[in-house]
Amino acid sequence: MKTGDKIETRDLNVHYGSFHAIKSVSLKIPENKVTALIGPSGCGKTTFLRCINRMIELTDNARVSGEVLLDGMNVYDKDVDVIALRRRIGMVFQQPNPFPMSIYENIAYGPKIHGVRDKNNLDVIVRESLERAALWDEVKGKLHENALRLSGGQQQRLCIARALAVEPEVILFDEPCASLDPISTAKIEALIRELSRDYTIVIVTHNMHQAARISDYTAFFMLGELIECGSTPQIFEKPKDKRTEAYITGRFG
Amino acid sequence: MREKVPEVFIFISAPVVVLVFLVILGYIFANGARVISLEFLLSTPRMAGMEGGIFPMIVGSVYVVAVCMVFAVPLGIGAAIYLAEYAPENAITDTIRFFVDCLAGIPSIVIGLFGLTFLVHFLNLGYSILAAGIALAFMILPWTVRVSEEAIKAVPRSYREASLALGATKWTTVHKVVLKSAMPGIITGVLLGLGRAIGETAVLLLTLGSAASAFIPTSPFDSAGTLPVFLYVLATQGNTANAYARACGTALVLLAIFLVVNILAIYVRNKHMKYEGW
Ligand SMILES: Nc1ncnc2c1ncn2[C@@H]1O[C@H](COP(=O)(O)OP(=O)(O)OP(=O)(O)O)[C@@H](O)[C@H]1O
Ligand SMILES: [Mg+2]
Repeated sequence: MKTGDKIETRDLNVHYGSFHAIKSVSLKIPENKVTALIGPSGCGKTTFLRCINRMIELTDNARVSGEVLLDGMNVYDKDVDVIALRRRIGMVFQQPNPFPMSIYENIAYGPKIHGVRDKNNLDVIVRESLERAALWDEVKGKLHENALRLSGGQQQRLCIARALAVEPEVILFDEPCASLDPISTAKIEALIRELSRDYTIVIVTHNMHQAARISDYTAFFMLGELIECGSTPQIFEKPKDKRTEAYITGRFG
Repeated sequence: MREKVPEVFIFISAPVVVLVFLVILGYIFANGARVISLEFLLSTPRMAGMEGGIFPMIVGSVYVVAVCMVFAVPLGIGAAIYLAEYAPENAITDTIRFFVDCLAGIPSIVIGLFGLTFLVHFLNLGYSILAAGIALAFMILPWTVRVSEEAIKAVPRSYREASLALGATKWTTVHKVVLKSAMPGIITGVLLGLGRAIGETAVLLLTLGSAASAFIPTSPFDSAGTLPVFLYVLATQGNTANAYARACGTALVLLAIFLVVNILAIYVRNKHMKYEGW
């Protein structure tokens, strides 16, 4: 089955003040696949990711130009509702950041702010989201306990469940395993593979092995430029650019 | 050798401070404890306060502070939310903060004078609980604002980002996530403000009058006796051993209320820390 491109950036540029952080990046992100963004620290991966759901606009000195198309619609168009946009594009951050509320309230927060009031309905959403995030069995007996008592790995899966609860189409992950132990990391990786059947996933990672294990496509960034992108096997086995090869073989970065 | 003298001084300073506190408390206790009785706490004064109890003053103090909170808490938290979340970081905002800090430094007698001329006379509120409550609110407003602002600012940015990334609006994020997380800090600040308000005397002298009231206030337009003012009257006009003892007894009650409020504030703060897993 041929799938189209869910997201496409065209000539995307970001400036922080006078610093040019993303330099004319045009990248296609295929639907229901995992696309990994790799590159040395400070190359603009986070910046690029935050352009997609317009979280970049929270940074005072950031200026964006160019286009980010979601199903062909430029998310930076004047009449785009950023609330509706962020509902379609979920985000999971580097540090697990559950709200200081109960597990249940964490998941129900998103649906509630988008108008779901019915208690039974919320119960179902909470359960399904936790199940899809492979966390249900571990927390079903303590849904009303504070989420901050969970382990780091559980907190991160809770954050994934929280993102799933508003039924997004795309999920952006910014180094989701950076603060986790190997076992938690393996769980999240398996989960991301699983989720890619229903969601378009973009994941920033510093870990080459992780990118190779879980992604279908890989994009390599350096100093704000997109150096090379392609299928993950191609990038890792036959990179076209010398810099890509140097990076993935660990010669710099 | 030369260092020894300052060092010794530094090491005895802390115990001296504690000692000062204990001396004050012990002195008040030694002189006031014997007048404390159920009758003292629960009956009305007779003979200009030389007999009977202080019940109307307890009610008056609680009433005035409650009215003060009705004004100070919403206004203070509102201003804090504005300063912490909405105000652009520019000269105007800095000026607002500067004025808030200046307000904190105005001597309470000056605020009392403003209350007397503006609230009592010009607005014609009379010597009333309402006038006193509003004047007291002005006095503790800067504390409520700044403590609440700090509490709001201490809420991690990651909570806000998580909420916004889910498609929440700024306002939803502020009141569902930020305020909720900041609430223990805000409550602590409000309780500390309350502690200051309950002992304030100068403002009340000028806005509520100085009657040793035998009358239990009901309407906010009533005048009322309060604990600090009653204490002041006993201490300055009584001039007998009995009057001093009763003043000390009143002071004990005042300190007890103050202590309860502060313990409550500490309790809320500690509970919050445990909750946050610090
Ligand atoms: N608010 C900001 N103001 C100025 N410069 C910024 C700001 N945020 C990021 N930068 C700069 O932009 C560049 C890209 O940052 P970004 O966070 O996107 O990199 P990254 O690839 O995610 O790095 P890492 O792998 O370390 O997370 C960096 O050089 C960074 O210093
Ligand atoms: Mg980053």
